[in-house]
Amino acid sequence: MSRTPSRPLEPWRWLGVPALLAIVATIALGAPLRIFTLSLPEPIFPMVLAFAWAIIRPSVLGPFLLIVLGLFLDLFFAAPLGLWPISLLVAYGSSLIARTLMVGQEVEVMALFYGLATTGGFLSAYVLVAIAGHTQANLIALLWQMAVTLALFPFAVMLRNRFRDADIRFR
Amino acid sequence: MAYRDSPFQELKVPLTWAAGAATIIALALAIFVFASDRRDQAKASAQALGHPQVRAGFDSVIAPVSGVLAAPTRWIGDGFGSVGDYINAVSENKKLKKRMAELQQLQNENIALRNLTRRYEDLLKLRTEPPIPMVTGRVVTDTRGPFSNARLIDVGAASGVKIGNPAMTDLGVVGRVVGVSSGASRLLLLTDPESRTPVLVDRTNARAVLAGDGGSNPRLDYIRGKDTLKNGDLIVTSGDGGLFPRGLPVGVAAQDVRGIWRLHLFSDRGTIDFVRVLLYDDFSQVVNQAQLAATALPPLAPSEAAQVKAAAAKPTAANPAAPTQAVKAPKGPTANKPTDVAVKPVASRAAARTKAGEYRRVRTPNRPPSVDDRALPQYDPNQPQGRPNDGRAGA
Repeated sequence: MSRTPSRPLEPWRWLGVPALLAIVATIALGAPLRIFTLSLPEPIFPMVLAFAWAIIRPSVLGPFLLIVLGLFLDLFFAAPLGLWPISLLVAYGSSLIARTLMVGQEVEVMALFYGLATTGGFLSAYVLVAIAGHTQANLIALLWQMAVTLALFPFAVMLRNRFRDADIRFR
Repeated sequence: MAYRDSPFQELKVPLTWAAGAATIIALALAIFVFASDRRDQAKASAQALGHPQVRAGFDSVIAPVSGVLAAPTRWIGDGFGSVGDYINAVSENKKLKKRMAELQQLQNENIALRNLTRRYEDLLKLRTEPPIPMVTGRVVTDTRGPFSNARLIDVGAASGVKIGNPAMTDLGVVGRVVGVSSGASRLLLLTDPESRTPVLVDRTNARAVLAGDGGSNPRLDYIRGKDTLKNGDLIVTSGDGGLFPRGLPVGVAAQDVRGIWRLHLFSDRGTIDFVRVLLYDDFSQVVNQAQLAATALPPLAPSEAAQVKAAAAKPTAANPAAPTQAVKAPKGPTANKPTDVAVKPVASRAAARTKAGEYRRVRTPNRPPSVDDRALPQYDPNQPQGRPNDGRAGA
């Protein structure tokens, strides 16, 4: 029995498709509606990608795709241009640095690192808004958005499990 | 196979370094974009966001896309809304009946007050603000969060919307337009961290600035006066600076646990699916400049007209040959130029001021000399410099 040759990990599969899904999910949750007087949560979907892409494998395309996603968020949210790219890249960079520590660890440890990376990303956005806008963002609103973004951790695990073994060099 | 024994370990290190370098380059690029956005915003008008062309292009593309992609979410929300309406129908009916009884009384009071106000306005010849044209738009996207609060609506420059136009629902003010494309506009909400709105307390007329911070209850900063605010005070737009018309309802004041005054926004009481954009630029729009420049002076009373006629018929010492139907300006650059005050409309503000002076002098010829009629203080070299001789120096 001959072994079937493994498909090479093409960028559009692990970078392109998840990025597109993140954009669609962001737009879908941007609908102006309330359910029982509560507005829809608004998590930062690309934050999941910033974490998962760093631990799946190092990539040159990843950071630049994060810039594109960040600029999309800035334009969609009417935030200052560059705010979310910086925030996502801070999360990506910290995850990339901690990547060797996370390899082979349990999911709980990964969740801890995801929490740290997300906190770093939001903290950088908070500081940038405080410096540029001379105002402090509301902490309750900040914690709420962080909480709903942290709740997306299972998607990061799914993404990692889906592509972890796709390229044997980065096991 | 252990990591160190992997035949591909030589490949891993360069790729990791390359990814690290790419991250640093991307981060530098992002910081550059952020800095350029701040610089662009500082250069652009204070009411617009940075890179307005880029944002307008994005909005014109994303508005229809959002309408399609958010449709399933909308359907689900409508489904939940229907269920909620069905469940709450009885209690809501009771509340509405009670509210209707209250409103009936208010309506009667409103009619009486409106009648009285109109009479006062007529008596005082008060110039009331003209009605402001509006366009209604549907909200396509609603972005929340601590760093930005904005909405995209499906009316744009084609409908007359401009940057700076205020927007409100039937409940109260929502925000203002900060970006416009042909078929879509971007609203900056009152809760956005960059939003600053001049407001006043309806009860005490005290001024304040409503500052958004990304939360649902924006702060009241720079409150003028002491003890001018209490819980439950109605807050309306002050119209200061000309950004908003005066008197639009904004919300109700409340103090938070830290003692900071905040607002419960009226617009936050219901889903904002439709907004009305007020096609209002600033207070200068309220004044019709052409009409103001062309305003004719009011006609004289019969007794005054008789006096004018008599004065005009009598030749004056300065100009014995003055025509009988004209009134001569007594002093100033228009002296010796006959002008028919009662007939000709004034052509400009300067002319209106000049003629108003003439008119005042003509209609009350026997009044005591006023400050206007006194000769201008002449320069006296004996007086200390900077102190004109006003007749009291020698006293």
